[in-house]
Amino acid sequence: MGMTMTQKILANAAGLEKVEAGQLIMAKLNLVLGNDITSPVAIHEMDKFTSKGVFDKDKIALVPDHFVPNKDIKSAEHCKCVREFAKKNDITNYFEVGEMGIEHALLPERGLTVPGDVIIGADSHTCTYGALGAFSTGVGSTDMAAGMATGEAWFKVPSAIKFNLTGKPAKWISGKDIILHIIGLIGVDGALYRSMEFTGDGIKYLTMDDRFTIANMAIEAGGKNGIFPVDDQTVAYLKEHTKREYKVFEADADAHYDEEYTIELDKLKPTVSFPHLPENTHTIDEIDEIKIDQVVIGSCTNGRLDDMRIAAGILKGKHIAKGMRCIVIPATQQIYLQCMEEGLLKIFIESGCVVSTPTCGPCLGGYMGILAEGELCVSTTNRNFVGRMGHIKSEIYLASPAVAAASAIKGYIASPEAI
Amino acid sequence: MKAEGKVFKYGDNVDTDVIIPARYLNSSDPKELATHCMEDIDKDFVNKVQQGDIIVADKNFGCGSSREHAPIAIKAAGVSCVIAETFARIFYRNSINIGLPIMECPEAAKAIKAGDDVEVDFDSGIITDKTTGESFKAQPFPEFMQEIIKAEGLINYINSKK
Repeated sequence: MGMTMTQKILANAAGLEKVEAGQLIMAKLNLVLGNDITSPVAIHEMDKFTSKGVFDKDKIALVPDHFVPNKDIKSAEHCKCVREFAKKNDITNYFEVGEMGIEHALLPERGLTVPGDVIIGADSHTCTYGALGAFSTGVGSTDMAAGMATGEAWFKVPSAIKFNLTGKPAKWISGKDIILHIIGLIGVDGALYRSMEFTGDGIKYLTMDDRFTIANMAIEAGGKNGIFPVDDQTVAYLKEHTKREYKVFEADADAHYDEEYTIELDKLKPTVSFPHLPENTHTIDEIDEIKIDQVVIGSCTNGRLDDMRIAAGILKGKHIAKGMRCIVIPATQQIYLQCMEEGLLKIFIESGCVVSTPTCGPCLGGYMGILAEGELCVSTTNRNFVGRMGHIKSEIYLASPAVAAASAIKGYIASPEAI
Repeated sequence: MKAEGKVFKYGDNVDTDVIIPARYLNSSDPKELATHCMEDIDKDFVNKVQQGDIIVADKNFGCGSSREHAPIAIKAAGVSCVIAETFARIFYRNSINIGLPIMECPEAAKAIKAGDDVEVDFDSGIITDKTTGESFKAQPFPEFMQEIIKAEGLINYINSKK
C-alpha cells in the first residue's frame, strides 16, 4: 500500500523509507514558529532544559502579531520577553512591529515555508502552509520549546481524508466558501487526528490565496493538517517569494484514504457559518435578513491581497450602512502597502471602513473590534465560538470577504449579488 | 497513581476559548489563568472546584486554539483529570506535554453525571463512578506517551534522554 502526500513528507523528515498511519515517529523540523501569546510560555519552558540555546537560529520564526502594537501593559511585557529572547539567541526571523504581519500570511510571503517542509507552530492555524505542499501543524508552547531546543518533534503519522475538488468555482465562490462548505459537511471533528488532502481538476482554478484560506481552516474540522499538491501556480508563487530549495512530494496512486469526498466547485453557493460553531453552515440563499452591527475583513484566514481586492471591488463607490462598523485589516505590511498602491485603502476609507495595521486583534477577542452584549458580527475570520470576539451573548457569522463587504453595505447578511 | 474527585460535566466541542478566553491571554501565570478557567461556559466553576475534582465531557474536548494556557488553567485550578469521549488533537498533545492527566473513554463520558464521585486509576486505566458503582476502562496510552507522562512532561522526558 502506498503513502499519502503527508505520510511521504513525514517519512522523509524521519529518515524512513516508509511510514504507516498510527506509527509514532521523530521528525526533523524545517521551521518552528511562535507568536506573542504562545512564545512567552515556550521561552519560560526553555529554561528547564539542561542543554541551553536554540537548535538553529535561522529555523525559528517569532512573530508578535496577536496583541501588537501592544494593547496593554501585560501584552507589552509578553512582547518584550519575545524580543529579548530573539536578541539573546540571535534569531534571524524575528519580526518587529513595522515589518511584521499576521504570522500565517507573513511567513509564506517572506519565503520561509516551502514544499516538503515539516513545520510546527504554537498557533493552531499553522496548518496554513499546507497550501504550498508542506506538512505544517499547530502545537502548544511546550512542543514549540522542545522544537526550538532540539529541532525535532514527535508525531503520530495520520491517516487521511481525500477531497476531490472538481470543476470551476461558481461566481463569488472563494476558498472560504469551499472550506466552510467542507466543514459543514464533515463537522468540527470530522477530520480529527487526520490529514485533509485536497486534489482534483478544480484546484487549478484556485489562487494561492484561496488555497491558503482552505488549508488554514483544516483545524476547524479537527484536522492535523491540510495539504495541496504542488502545481504551476505554486511554483510561480515560490519563484516570486523564496530562494530556498524545496522537494516536491506526491501521494502514491495506491495511497489509502479513510474517506473520499467530491466537492463540485461549480455547484457551490456563498456559505456562512452561524453561531457558535464553524460547522453550522447555511448557503446565502437560505438566510433571512439578519441585521448586524459590525463587519471584520482580515485575519490569517482572509487578510491577503485577493481578499482585500474582492472586498474593495464590492465597496467601491458605495457606503456601508448607517450605524455599521466595518474593520479592514490587511494581514501584512506588504499587503497594506500594496492596498495603498492599488488605491484600495482609499476605497475602504471613503466607504466608511476603518483600516488597521496588521493584527490578529478582533478575531480572538483581543482588541480592535470587541463585541458588546447582543451584538452581531459578520467576520472573515475562522472561529465563531461563544465569546470568541467579545461578550458571551454576542454572535459571529463566518463568511467570505465578498459576503462580508456586501453585508457591511446592506446592514444585514447579504449576497454580493445584491450589490 | 490514583485521583478522586467530584465531577464537572460538559457537552460536545468545549473549545479553548471558553476554557480560557483570549482576553486573559495577556497573562501566562498559571494561578492567574486558573481564576478564569471555564469562565465563558460555567461562571461558577472557579468558585466550586476543589483540589482533585474531575472534568468529564463528550466529544472533541479542547477544540480550537493551540493555547497551552487551556490545560495549564485546568491543571492550576486543581483538576486532577479530564475524561472525554474524544479530545481535539492539540489539546491532547498539550495535556500530555504539561502533565495534565487526560483519558479517552466514550463509555465513561456518556454514563458519568455531574456531581458524581469518581476515582481514576492511571496505572490500570480503570475509571470508577463511586456514586453509581459503575466502572469503565479507558483507552491505554501508547508506551512512548506513557514515558512522557511518567517523566511529568515533555521537557523532563527530553532531559532524561540526554
